[in-house]
Amino acid sequence: MLNIAKIRNGLVIDHIKAGQGIRIFNWLGLDKAGIPVAFIVNAPSKAMGRKDMLKIDETIAVDFAVLGLIDHNITVNVIENEVLTEKIHITLPERVENVLVCKNPRCVTQVEKSVPHIFVLSDRKNGVYRCEYCDEARGEIDLR
Amino acid sequence: MLKGRHLVGPRDFSVDELEELFKLAKRMEEEPREWIDVAKGKVLASLFFEPSTRTRLSFEAAMLRLGGAVIGFAEPGSSSTAKGESLADTIRTVSAYADIIAMRNPKEGAALLASRFSTAPVINGGDGGHHHPTQTLTDLLAIRNLKGRTEGLTIGFCGDLKFGRTVHSLAQGLARYPGNRFILVSPPELRVPDFITKEVFEKEGIDYVETDDFEKVLPELDVLYMTRVQKERFFNEEDYLRLKDSFILDGAKMRLAKTDLSVLHPLPRVNEIAVEVDSDPRAAYFAQVRYGMFARMALFASVLGVVPC
Repeated sequence: MLNIAKIRNGLVIDHIKAGQGIRIFNWLGLDKAGIPVAFIVNAPSKAMGRKDMLKIDETIAVDFAVLGLIDHNITVNVIENEVLTEKIHITLPERVENVLVCKNPRCVTQVEKSVPHIFVLSDRKNGVYRCEYCDEARGEIDLR
Repeated sequence: MLKGRHLVGPRDFSVDELEELFKLAKRMEEEPREWIDVAKGKVLASLFFEPSTRTRLSFEAAMLRLGGAVIGFAEPGSSSTAKGESLADTIRTVSAYADIIAMRNPKEGAALLASRFSTAPVINGGDGGHHHPTQTLTDLLAIRNLKGRTEGLTIGFCGDLKFGRTVHSLAQGLARYPGNRFILVSPPELRVPDFITKEVFEKEGIDYVETDDFEKVLPELDVLYMTRVQKERFFNEEDYLRLKDSFILDGAKMRLAKTDLSVLHPLPRVNEIAVEVDSDPRAAYFAQVRYGMFARMALFASVLGVVPC
């Protein structure tokens, strides 16, 4: 295991499925954020075999709904003065607005551009969301 | 109370509310003249962004038989949508003129969207291949009157079960009654979407079978719901031509069925039911059309609040 220095105040995004870390890194814009970040890929994990991990040495705002949609097994550790003060387990939100984009060409959201794309959790076990308008499960995460 | 309510999906009304609606429809069928003035002064906006004869005329006939008036259009070319207006703006405008809106639109979810911008109740007359809840009212009323019940039945759906919105809505409607069993007959390409099989049937523990062996399952059925393979739902004409005549109900197949089978079809029929079947007493699809008008009359009267329901 690589040794990365402790962070003082910030977030450790842990238990990211190996290979998914880069999506979160990019979504959070960490390459342009100008703050110290350690991005660890393929770290050994007892529970997961391999995992990705992000250590961010600043407390930044994160939309946990989006994080949950990328990978709902993620945990977020909040660090204050080098001490773990909160461990956040991500749960899938019941409803997300303008996070998933409906890809069904027959859906009304394809023509009504001002309407928000709303998805509702229909199967928590398998993480399935359906478009509130057309019931399609083909939403893609809009990470813009 | 159904007054002021939208009807967008097949489960928007409770089973008890539907029962009240069906009782009212029965009273309207028995004594149609009693209701000729109840919606006097009320206006229905009939907005058909997609061609329809049967459903549009059924909506309009229902309103006229209640004494109300009808405004609207029968094709999008004559609406401001042709000028690029959004559906949301069209609905905001129309709901200022009308007491109730009946709408058909080719886009899935259009009725839900309309209901969010309308100050008048919105009745979904079909949103693409998604839902068609007033056809479901029609079908449930037909089954209730023909079989004497809507529970404990083996119901076969046959044909285009993928794009057939009437199938999706009726399956969800019938799944709420205990003891119903579903046999889904279609080519593999046109199977029922998983938002019905996985998230209604399997989630609610409802017995269902998917097959392409029509003759084998026919003897088991109490109700057979035939559907047309709809050309307008295909992006590729080759697929349509290959699948359009997959299952045809004819006299020979009818001999395999129960003597008290009821054959329903949302119509229009093309080739999927041979004309020879029309004279079979089990063919109920033209009676079904009439039930549709009474179901819509009961719906309008209840949603407008001119008859308590």
